[in-house]
Amino acid sequence: MPLMKPNIDVGIVGYGCYIPMYRLPAKEVNRIWNDGQGGVPIKEKAVGGPDEDTMTIGLEAARNALARAQIDPRQIGAVWVGSESHPYAVKPTSTIIAEAIGATPATQGADWQFACKAGTETIQAGIGFVAGGMARYVLGIGADTAQGRPGDALEFTAASGGAAFVIGAAEESLAVFEATYSHVTDTPDFWRRPTTHYPSHGQRFTGEPAYFHHVLSAAQTIMAELGYTAQDFAYVILHQPNRKFPERAAAELGFEKEQWVTGLLSPVVGNTYAGASVLGLTAVLDIAQPGDKILCVSFGSGAGSDAFVINTTDRLPDKQKSAPTTQDYINRRVEIDYATYVRYRSKLKMH
Amino acid sequence: MTTEIARHWRLNSQRYQLVGEVCPKCGVKMFPPRDVCLECADDTRQPDYQFSGRGEVYSFTTVHNAPEGYQESTPYTVALVKLEEGPLITAQLTDVANSEVEIGMPVEMVTRKLRTQGEEGVIIYGYKFRPRLSVAG
Repeated sequence: MPLMKPNIDVGIVGYGCYIPMYRLPAKEVNRIWNDGQGGVPIKEKAVGGPDEDTMTIGLEAARNALARAQIDPRQIGAVWVGSESHPYAVKPTSTIIAEAIGATPATQGADWQFACKAGTETIQAGIGFVAGGMARYVLGIGADTAQGRPGDALEFTAASGGAAFVIGAAEESLAVFEATYSHVTDTPDFWRRPTTHYPSHGQRFTGEPAYFHHVLSAAQTIMAELGYTAQDFAYVILHQPNRKFPERAAAELGFEKEQWVTGLLSPVVGNTYAGASVLGLTAVLDIAQPGDKILCVSFGSGAGSDAFVINTTDRLPDKQKSAPTTQDYINRRVEIDYATYVRYRSKLKMH
Repeated sequence: MTTEIARHWRLNSQRYQLVGEVCPKCGVKMFPPRDVCLECADDTRQPDYQFSGRGEVYSFTTVHNAPEGYQESTPYTVALVKLEEGPLITAQLTDVANSEVEIGMPVEMVTRKLRTQGEEGVIIYGYKFRPRLSVAG
């Protein structure tokens, strides 16, 4: 059986998200680079302010997760941050967050990278860490301040945001992991070399052999192995680089719009990379009812997908309002123009 | 630069968690931590106290000519924030237009980049305050 399923049940004790308040409309990018002509892949994307980065985003998400978990942060045995925009190339983001939430010094800290699925990797590993008795709680975070090269197709969508999850024993959890599965291959659809600022990608190659193959394979495998069809799920969340890809993939898997619309945030937030699928998950957890079954599938270029089947518990309703909801952050919105975006994201080089 | 690193590192708990002190004799809460109580002059070791991070703008000014290290952020607003627990602290405001700041505005602490020591130096993180989310609606 290819599924990863711990010997004891593990779940989500607390969750939280963070989305910066600035929004760059896609039509503004189109105005600058395409003379305002042609269609745009989303309505707008979230842009971090000049004092925000992956650490600050991950930290606010972590504080919200702790507000819901209501645990002593000194009991967190690992703080793991998945991102492709860590503030330092060498020096962990995780130690800063661990220190700021009060988890240091007796904790494990590490930074993860696997393009847009680095966040879900921390959750998978956290399940194993908790189930194996290595830690009472693990804090898993996916966050990014994604950068698209000016004028590139990615600039419409590359966004900032993140989500955090306190992983712990099932009996303390607001949602329990039924199983998880990873599907990875060596597929170079998108990459960034160490000394370059902006990523490169394989244009249309990012679609069929990359996103669709991995997302669909991971989803189909976990559903088949557990004996489920789309009708068994209340919600589905797929990695969302735009609006079109996840909608098409969800429909191919047999899901209906009402199952994916809650967790599909890319039209109004953009692609928050390692934060994308997990932000969709926090949006779903904000409104889900006890007993709901959720399918969440990430995708990271390079390439791979992590799939999770998650069942909510009776503990969820009491936790939902203990911290700002995903929709609260979506509603906190200030529109900016391209020039402000250039300044805020340090794209202006002064010689 | 190395002495700068140590100076900032010593302030981690203050800057990341708003940790001050509470006087064991008269109960007054202080930020930043002091050797002697500001109210009763008690000089016994004061226990740490983590502030809630909630407060309101007591006064403010907008900085156009910034000191070294902060020029990239201008214009920005610096406020005296009166914390719920009593102390007044000085901090930058964030996530708010300078023209929208008002005395009495409810604010909450967030952790943000304060400045960076150039392209190759360390990033200094610390507290700033923003309009309170629950109130900002």
